[in-house]
Amino acid sequence: MKYLLLYAGDETAAGLAVTEETAAQPEEECGGPWAQELRERQIHQLTGGRLMPTSAATTVRTAGHETLVADGPFAETKEQILGFDVIECADLDAAIYAASRHPVAVLGGTVEVRPFLQGA
Amino acid sequence: MTDAESAVAEAFRQEWGKVVATLIRMTGDWDLAEECAQDAFAAALSRWGTDGVPDRPGAWLTTTARNRALDRLRRTKTEAAKLQEVAVLSVPDEPAGWGESGVEDDRLRLMFTCCHPALTLEARVALTLRTLAGLTTAEIAKAFLVPEATMAKRLTRAKHKIRDAGIPYRVPPAHLLPERTVGVLAVLYLLFNEGYAATAGDDLLRPGLSAEAMRLGRLLTALMPDEPEAAGLLALMLLQDARSAARLDDDGELVSLEEQDRSRWDAAKIAEGIRLLEAALRRQRAGPYQLQAAIAACHAEAAQASDTDWAQIAQLYGELRRLVPSAVIELNRAVAVAMADGPAAGLTLVDELAAGGALTGYYLLPATRADLLRRMERSDEAAASYRQALDLVATGPERRYLSRRLAEVGG
Repeated sequence: MKYLLLYAGDETAAGLAVTEETAAQPEEECGGPWAQELRERQIHQLTGGRLMPTSAATTVRTAGHETLVADGPFAETKEQILGFDVIECADLDAAIYAASRHPVAVLGGTVEVRPFLQGA
Repeated sequence: MTDAESAVAEAFRQEWGKVVATLIRMTGDWDLAEECAQDAFAAALSRWGTDGVPDRPGAWLTTTARNRALDRLRRTKTEAAKLQEVAVLSVPDEPAGWGESGVEDDRLRLMFTCCHPALTLEARVALTLRTLAGLTTAEIAKAFLVPEATMAKRLTRAKHKIRDAGIPYRVPPAHLLPERTVGVLAVLYLLFNEGYAATAGDDLLRPGLSAEAMRLGRLLTALMPDEPEAAGLLALMLLQDARSAARLDDDGELVSLEEQDRSRWDAAKIAEGIRLLEAALRRQRAGPYQLQAAIAACHAEAAQASDTDWAQIAQLYGELRRLVPSAVIELNRAVAVAMADGPAAGLTLVDELAAGGALTGYYLLPATRADLLRRMERSDEAAASYRQALDLVATGPERRYLSRRLAEVGG
């Protein structure tokens, strides 16, 4: 099955905040050590990675033929989306394992695990 | 009831869970599995009367349900149904190999899937009762005091979550087994307590939940003979249930353990519970359920309340608290210490707990304090604590017990 792992947490919290150091960490890059470890369990990372903070986010909506562009994320929340991965694995237990091993989860963030619509 | 009818009723009790569990493995479709199991039992009712009861009722029911599933899939004629049909035809009646954890029984798979942590606790309980125990949706709804439509929705949502989220139908692999087993045990014990807390005045279905929990506990113990906590839970349920006849007096009033008529305890259940517990403890992997069963056994083995080995109970609560840090366990330890070393020693512990604040609003804290003060003959303080406890408790028997004590200390 194909799952989205959506990482959330306080983007200003120590450990979760993007710093020059975290930006340089290969851990969370596509194909990094996390993904390599998972491959031994037949869990495959298809794509994904960490995101720049919400200060770099732009929100787009449309109204008729008009495109409305605004600064910031789609909702002001206590936790922000920190990144995502798309993985292919056998079942939910494998996806839970992948989520629990991700650096964001280890550092105090939350991971939402969602299956894709069948056939997607 | 005719012979055939009672044979079907007995088969239902023994085989329902197994038939459903096997059909889920074969078809991967929970609704289809339930419907076909129902059809198979209905067929048994009409056929066993004329053809006689088969030698292996379980095998007859499983084969009938499987054929019914194939009929239904053939009639559906969609691509998905065709694939399912091929799958059903290729699945052996019993899986060939043994799983990673060394245990492979369809009912055990079903139990672990029903109790998967990605489902809400309510859904886990409802699914377990529906698919494993064979209670109808109406019965489960009644037992949990919700409208039938609400329960039906809850069950449907849970089955969809299993399918859509990809919750696997299997006994977890070795590295997940310990934590997932804890989850299964918790659901069974919750079921037991739902039934046990019900009184004679309540609907009879609620006490029936305790019987279902014990039946599933027996099944789990048989399927996981190397798991001492499964046996520990079964022992705990038996030892607690053994006292159920003495818990309430003829007027439905709660009788404290101290005042219960011990001749009304069920000696056979106590003996079985203690035998199970001793075998479990020999494995030297004591867990929370074994410790709680050991505490229950201390009570069960005392011919009179005054014979109770309170020092041993206090020590067991101490061990339990180390495994499961909890203020409620600490409160129970305080009671045991009060019985072993005198009420003053217990009161010190209770006051420490009260100062900690973790039990604020829990009626048993002032109630325990009141009982200790009463035994120390500090009547005014006892009365004040009984009143505090009464302010916090809503339901009948506990309320009446506290009011009676309050009157005794002249409050």
